[in-house]
Amino acid sequence: MTNVAMPGTYLGDGTGPRAWLLTTDHKRVAWLYLISLTAFFFLGGAMAVLMRIELATPAGDLVSDDVYNRLFSLHGIIMVWFFLVPSIPATLGNFLLPLMIGARDLAFPRLNLASWYVFIFGSLFALFAVVAGGVDTGWTFYTPLSTLYANGWVSTAAFGVFIVGFSTIMTGINFIVSVHTLRAPGLTWFRLPIFVWTLYATSLVMVLATPVLAASLILIVLERVFGIGVFNPDLGGDPLLFQHLFWFYSHPAVYIMILPGMGVVSEVLPCFSRRPLFGYNAVAISSMAIAVFGFLVWGHHMFVSGQSAYAGVVFSFLSFCVAIPSAIKVFNWSLTLRKGEISFETPMLYALFFLALFTFGGLAGLFLAALAVDVHVHDTYFVIAHFHYIMVGGMVTAYMAGLHFWWPKLTGRMYSETAGRIAAIVTFVGFNLTFFPQFVLGFDGMPRRYHTYPPEFQFWNVLSSAGAVVLAIGYLMPLFYLGWSLFHGARAPDNPWNATGLEWQTSSPPPPHNFETMPIVTRPAYAYDMKGLEHERFSPHREEAAP
Amino acid sequence: MSGTESVAFDTPRRERRADTFAMWVFIGSEAMLFGAIFLVFLVAHIDFGPAFAAASKRLSLPLGTFNTAVLITSSFTMALAHGLALHRRWRATIWALVATAALGVCFLIVKGIEYGKEIAEGLAPLLGLPFRYAGPDPVHAEFFFGLYFAMTSLHALHLIGGIVVIAGMIALWGAASPANRLRRVVAIGLYWHFVDIIWVFMFPVLYLINR
Repeated sequence: MTNVAMPGTYLGDGTGPRAWLLTTDHKRVAWLYLISLTAFFFLGGAMAVLMRIELATPAGDLVSDDVYNRLFSLHGIIMVWFFLVPSIPATLGNFLLPLMIGARDLAFPRLNLASWYVFIFGSLFALFAVVAGGVDTGWTFYTPLSTLYANGWVSTAAFGVFIVGFSTIMTGINFIVSVHTLRAPGLTWFRLPIFVWTLYATSLVMVLATPVLAASLILIVLERVFGIGVFNPDLGGDPLLFQHLFWFYSHPAVYIMILPGMGVVSEVLPCFSRRPLFGYNAVAISSMAIAVFGFLVWGHHMFVSGQSAYAGVVFSFLSFCVAIPSAIKVFNWSLTLRKGEISFETPMLYALFFLALFTFGGLAGLFLAALAVDVHVHDTYFVIAHFHYIMVGGMVTAYMAGLHFWWPKLTGRMYSETAGRIAAIVTFVGFNLTFFPQFVLGFDGMPRRYHTYPPEFQFWNVLSSAGAVVLAIGYLMPLFYLGWSLFHGARAPDNPWNATGLEWQTSSPPPPHNFETMPIVTRPAYAYDMKGLEHERFSPHREEAAP
Repeated sequence: MSGTESVAFDTPRRERRADTFAMWVFIGSEAMLFGAIFLVFLVAHIDFGPAFAAASKRLSLPLGTFNTAVLITSSFTMALAHGLALHRRWRATIWALVATAALGVCFLIVKGIEYGKEIAEGLAPLLGLPFRYAGPDPVHAEFFFGLYFAMTSLHALHLIGGIVVIAGMIALWGAASPANRLRRVVAIGLYWHFVDIIWVFMFPVLYLINR
């Protein structure tokens, strides 16, 4: 075995489980998260595969309805809270934020490690719920089903999610404070990489929305364990109140799940088209706008729940508004590509696929924001397809783009470019084959969350299930070639993509405290058009401060 | 690095500013947690005003008022601790912190007596305890008491957290540098005042608004 732990870098700074499990180095904490999140991703993915196999035929012949209910509930709970919410922030964000702002570490390194332990502690509850018999409420824990009728391990799972919420809040506070207090000299707000802007916006949402979820989960547990009937109409409570509280968190949370992906793509696209990001200020400000608007649209999940028609109209209007900052980004990304010297390395392929899938999923979102159309497609596969285009086609694709883009920085190794490109294309094909048929199914009226369906829906279901197999292969491939590269990959140069950004100015992998000499910033974030970038790229060096 | 706890900071002064800022962000987060619970109470109060008003009169106003005075006094001693720490009068700071924690414990004891009284009167709809209530609309009165126990116990948990942190701070006092002592006093002080303010809102909403 070749030496993975390179001496002189953060990887060589103490080996063995103790050095890793008690580390306060943000780069190592990022690895702890990366490994645990990968495990959860494949656990949740395995549940999805089981569901797709069940749905290949109209009859319920693989699993019973009860088991199916538990499969989709746990798939949702695991994918949302144990993968998507922490995915990019806790792994790439954790690793890169201090590097990108030119700091030695996050503001609170011990809090950062503590957040991982809290995450693991919370995930034990969720895993116990999986092993002990599951939850059948759906990931949304809707009352009164979850409080009065569900017979699974609702309190255990809800408590696990509640605890993981603290880990999210810890990460959010750490990021916000770091961006405010630890930027390198010369690194003004409007010189920050967009990835930092999106992490900042994400952290704001994490800090302000997660406690509302905590409150609603506490009330559910209080109702189930102590008998306080806040959501029980028999005791004067209001079940709909839960939906308001839940979506007040969970709609902003979908922006937790997409904003960091937008940040990654904003790094990758300029690099591989050798052009500065078009409309930097607009992209930065629209990230903040998404975070703010995201708090005002929760009612669009409740168009058919019995809220007033006026509320429905207002929420519909606001939901159209929230599309504007996203569209601003899409146009700016597209114009970044214009007249660029585009090359199709693996991260760029993923980023372009993100652009396509996010735009497609976003446009489908406009259908759902329209009151009348939503009444027709509410709780059908149309909704499933929409949010999987954003969450999987958007966020997971961006996550893969980021993982490949920064892999040389994380490990000091290059992966096989051919394998990477093949995996990206397999993922793209598999993804569309899985989820495009679901738009058709939903529009034809197939409801979500059933394990059987009328035979006329079988054609599209078979396509979708076949796509799921291709998609699974696409996601399994990186596990192998990235894993292989850890031990046998060629040594990566400090700046293999010839990219701007402080993280590329230090060595690959970085030393324990990130920079040999603390950097000083004298130019905007995406100076791909500036002369002299070529000979500056390899060694960390101190520049003259701007006068 | 020179006297800082986190490697990220160059000077203790910057670290203290970051700490204070972090505590404010955390308080913003906590405000959303309590905000959600207050919202639930508000909605219920709009829906079932008369029932809530009648039920609210069964709470003990003298004990509630006494406890409010106790907490406000504890905020005063906490402010004293902050002022003394700024002047590096460490012995006096410790005594102010001890007084703060003691007042917190006093609040919890009185709250416990209040809970005991309510349970004895059959006003605690928890854990299958019998709920006996002679007033009008007992169903919504039960809802009121459910919310009362949920809100006050959540507040009490936060207070317990504060007391534990103060105790831990005093235990680690000798090992901490002056910069770290001040940093910690400022941070816990902010938190303590916040928990106090939560009570200042909770007391009128639960005890006074219907009288």
